[in-house]
Amino acid sequence: MKIRIRKIKKSTIIIHIIAWSVALIWTVPFLGILMAAIRPFSEIVHGWWNFSVFNPSFENFAEAWNHQTAPLGEGIGNSFLIAIPATIIPMLVASLAGYGFARFNFPIRDYIFLTIVLIMAIPQQSIAVPIFQIMNTLGLVDNYIGLILVHSAWGLAWIILFMRNFFSTLPIEIEEAARVDGASEFKIFYKIVLPMTLPALASVAVLQFMWVWNDFFLALILIYSPERLLATQRIPLMRGVYFVDWGVLSAASILLLMVPVLIFALLQKYYIRGMIGWTIKG
Amino acid sequence: MREREIPRRKISLSIFFIPALILIIFFVIFPVLQNIFISFFSPSGEFVGLNNYFDVLSRREVVNVERLSRGFPLGALIHNVIWILIHLPLSLFSGLVLAIILRDVKGASIVKSTIFLGMVTPMIVGGLILRFTFEKGVGVVNALFNLLGFEQLARTWTAYPDTALFALVFGSVWLWTGFSMILYSAGLATIPKDYYEAAKIDGATPLRTFFRITLPLLKPITLTVITMTILWELKIFDIVYVATLGGPGGASNVLALLMYHIAFRQFDLNSAAVVATFLTLLTLLVTIGMTKYMVKK
Repeated sequence: MKIRIRKIKKSTIIIHIIAWSVALIWTVPFLGILMAAIRPFSEIVHGWWNFSVFNPSFENFAEAWNHQTAPLGEGIGNSFLIAIPATIIPMLVASLAGYGFARFNFPIRDYIFLTIVLIMAIPQQSIAVPIFQIMNTLGLVDNYIGLILVHSAWGLAWIILFMRNFFSTLPIEIEEAARVDGASEFKIFYKIVLPMTLPALASVAVLQFMWVWNDFFLALILIYSPERLLATQRIPLMRGVYFVDWGVLSAASILLLMVPVLIFALLQKYYIRGMIGWTIKG
Repeated sequence: MREREIPRRKISLSIFFIPALILIIFFVIFPVLQNIFISFFSPSGEFVGLNNYFDVLSRREVVNVERLSRGFPLGALIHNVIWILIHLPLSLFSGLVLAIILRDVKGASIVKSTIFLGMVTPMIVGGLILRFTFEKGVGVVNALFNLLGFEQLARTWTAYPDTALFALVFGSVWLWTGFSMILYSAGLATIPKDYYEAAKIDGATPLRTFFRITLPLLKPITLTVITMTILWELKIFDIVYVATLGGPGGASNVLALLMYHIAFRQFDLNSAAVVATFLTLLTLLVTIGMTKYMVKK
């Protein structure tokens, strides 16, 4: 057998060193809170990179989970209660509308479409005061239904756009054949079209779930009972009064961070596709 | 037969839009309009035209003219502008460079995932990590400055008016670079290899190839990244809330946080509506401007 020695160019080595050091540098801030979470504060007070004494423990995680004023365990449960319906509802509603936009012509379609693009741009602050007043009149302040509805409506714009772009790539011939056979529009949609959209729906689910999970502002203005607070709302409350308790704060941050990181690790393909889809194609 | 079929089809089709329309009208469009409406009224319910705007936008919390030559706080609007001026070029450039470098790196997907981690991080956690990283003693940034001999910079950045905003801005580059990197990577993958081969045959230098082939072909992506990044910078809220609450003394306040503060801490809903409308106007200007530019090209 002939052994071939490939010449490795100097520039290739340099590029690899740069790329990998950038990746390392990028993890440093995460490593910092990881160390703060698993080590007692007295060990890291002169820098978490000093390992002369090293007594790792999960005490901080337990303390954050059962925190006295803002138990994170309860918050994480609450966040799931919000994020799951606030992902499913807009997915269903927007799939219908996205299909409508992709397939049917009607006179004001373009204007509605422009509105959707503009909605994607506006800040949540623009609805904050009125949404609080509306929810107040509906009796839905400090109520999960209110927050789920707002998240659903707020997510609709980009999901409609994303789904429309996906639907317009599907071949129309199959649907037309079904129409000739006398199937109703709705039947065509859920029997033929919807099964083909599963990859797109996966992207939508991943992005919308993360968006709702990570949200802080809408929760902040609509939910205020201590036991109903979502996970993101509890983090600032754990800061401590007289000094910043970095151990508990870091542990709580890692627990909160785990959910989106796990989703990203497992469903990266869908996440990236969704990300690229709703920014570029739009 | 056809004529009778069309109206019936129209009715069945409207079902596709009704749920979405109801949700969007009730919880997005109506509140947005209501917010604009409120901004023209006084707290007692009188129509005051643009008076609220003159009053709120001339406050020191928005633009602090006197302090412009003396340092922070400069007002939330100026802080947002500073955020854009530093964060946009830095994250855009580093994302592009990384995307190009990572094209021919082994294990690029791991490097990319690491950098992209900042994008999936809840911003409330992101802000906390920034504060930790810039904290005196425990934070790595200050150790670095000590090591390099800049002892005067080795301190808790978020606790001083002249460094608080910069800590957040530089830190947010760390969080956001993954965005431009991923979009540029996707864009680079769409450029056909023959373009580069042809350029090589013609004897073009790598730099020339970059400016003549890569950059022009990436232009739509650059425009998208710029638009989305500016929108993100204008809407920035969580990071500031958790790291500094806009402090110290308003030195890192931004428009979104100022709006929250006026609405839900001072309970001045009309003034808050002015800030919110103003912020909305800025985001719409950016979006419309960019869309027009993209359509023209």
